[in-house]
Amino acid sequence: MKNLFLAIYLAFKEVWRNKGRFFLVALVIALITVLVLFIAALGEGLSNANRQYVANLDAQLVVFLEKSDYSITASRLEVNTVKAVRRVEGVLDAGPIYTSNSEIVSLPEPLKISMLGVEAGRPGMPVILEGRYFRGGEAREAVMDMSVAERTNLKIGDEIEIRSTQGTEDQFFKLKIVGLVSEQAYFFQPTIFLPAATWEMIRPQSASDLNSDTPFPNIVAVKLTDPAQVEAMKLRLQNEVSNIEVADIETTINNIPGYTAQQGTVQTQGVFTLLIGILVIGGFFQIQILQKVPQIGVLKAIGSSNFVVGVSSVFQIIIVTSMGVGIGAALNYLFSLGLPPTIPLEFNGQRSLIAILLLLFIGPLGGMVSIIYAVRIEPLKALRLG
Amino acid sequence: MSSVALEVRDLVKSFSLDGATINAVDGVSFQVKSGEFVALVGPSGSGKTTMLSILAALLTPTTGQVLIDGQDLSQMNEKRRVKLRREKIGFTFQSNNLIPYLTARENVEFMLRLNGKLDRAGRVRSDELLARLGLADRLHNLPAQMSGGQQQRVAIARALIHNPAVVLADEPTASLDTERAYQVVETFAHLIHENGRAGIMVTHDLRMCQYVDRVLQMRDGKLVRVYETKDEIMELALGTKH
Repeated sequence: MKNLFLAIYLAFKEVWRNKGRFFLVALVIALITVLVLFIAALGEGLSNANRQYVANLDAQLVVFLEKSDYSITASRLEVNTVKAVRRVEGVLDAGPIYTSNSEIVSLPEPLKISMLGVEAGRPGMPVILEGRYFRGGEAREAVMDMSVAERTNLKIGDEIEIRSTQGTEDQFFKLKIVGLVSEQAYFFQPTIFLPAATWEMIRPQSASDLNSDTPFPNIVAVKLTDPAQVEAMKLRLQNEVSNIEVADIETTINNIPGYTAQQGTVQTQGVFTLLIGILVIGGFFQIQILQKVPQIGVLKAIGSSNFVVGVSSVFQIIIVTSMGVGIGAALNYLFSLGLPPTIPLEFNGQRSLIAILLLLFIGPLGGMVSIIYAVRIEPLKALRLG
Repeated sequence: MSSVALEVRDLVKSFSLDGATINAVDGVSFQVKSGEFVALVGPSGSGKTTMLSILAALLTPTTGQVLIDGQDLSQMNEKRRVKLRREKIGFTFQSNNLIPYLTARENVEFMLRLNGKLDRAGRVRSDELLARLGLADRLHNLPAQMSGGQQQRVAIARALIHNPAVVLADEPTASLDTERAYQVVETFAHLIHENGRAGIMVTHDLRMCQYVDRVLQMRDGKLVRVYETKDEIMELALGTKH
């Protein structure tokens, strides 16, 4: 215990008496921290912007058209598929989901949105936070994601105008906002939810589609009686309903176009930034130890143990790394306050926490070589010999 | 009668160089009593620094024995050697003597910390010792804020504060001007005598020998002559002025 206190004493004294030098390194670590947290936040933000709606589905399975490779955009189911799915034993409820994109033009700046057709109260329709569900049929009503409200200042009771290209002409439709839901971004866009018939009427469509009034769902969200029976129900649904393939939520997310590649890219960037951090910290402490060889020799010659010398180096690295990560995290927080909601950065995720823990870990890891070197310095270096 | 603080018996240290064996220290024996200040002199390559390294428990002899305060170094493992250095030996080095990020007071107190003996009395003793060495107004100065002579005096205080049996000084005047060098060695000798420690100083500057009680002269690893009387020592020390 005495040796531990001695090591801490030496570490703090050296850092305190060389504040400028250590602060400079802490600043470099802070910048690396900003970069790592930025990448982590970007990963979290992009991930959420892409998958939030699917991840938050009140369902355990998703039904796709057979051979669509679990791609929502490639899947287009028969109308009676929903009823067939509901009839399968073990299915508590099932809701069709119709996906499309559109644009709100009744705003100073037009806003691109994901337009999803769903059935109120069925899987696929999120829980209403404020207001009410839209009515059925062709009601010109919509439920809006909070992120749309945040960007546009729209509120319940407001009317929005949607532009939709049908055939070769732009058509304009007015919808009344009747409810609000939260965290429902899909395919990098904020979302509005409509009744299926309304969705079919106003969705962008080709000239050949214009003759049909029947909406075909892209997918069906399936809620199970026993959520633990995911694998068994997957097989049962595929056996009992024709022309479908079934995936769990995780598989559905991973097959959202670009999702896996995007996350892989972001994670690779994060890993490389951490590696750079290890090299920077390792390099600094190695140079510092090389400069301190005679001094460490004296410390050992007068009776300091290897433990004191080694632990003192470890503590210095921990102090500097913690300082750097702390400054970096604070800078990130300030940075996040000034970001517009259109930039997909989310600093509150689990990824940020993991990134901070990793950054705290890379300090001692980067300094490992210098610590081993310090421990191996011969006390003879204090004399002219050695 | 003073007790023997340091005893060296038939000490040999051999190194291999290009297949040949060289005896850096070759059959040396001597004793140093408590309260005695001894100089170890000799030309470059005579083996005096190797000898000091062995006395400091930093280097293991090939054969022979070194006893510090009755404890045989050859019987000790590395852990016990570190403990011995901490408790029984005081050091001053030629350069890089002090821990650069500790003040004069902290450098001296560090030896007490290292031995788990830093208490109120220790702090007072440390300040008193520094004051006696003329450093009362330098307690809070870092080494970089002090002259070479002042740094050496702090090192002397550090070497003595924990009451070691033996104090070893490796060329303590090497980086000092003549006047400072005389002051430092005179103070050192005075404190060695006053505190009853055994002091051994390696030096190439024979003028500094006028303050010691005995001079051990080495050449080619052997102890070739011992100057014991004051006349012999003064003749050796002052003869070099011309």
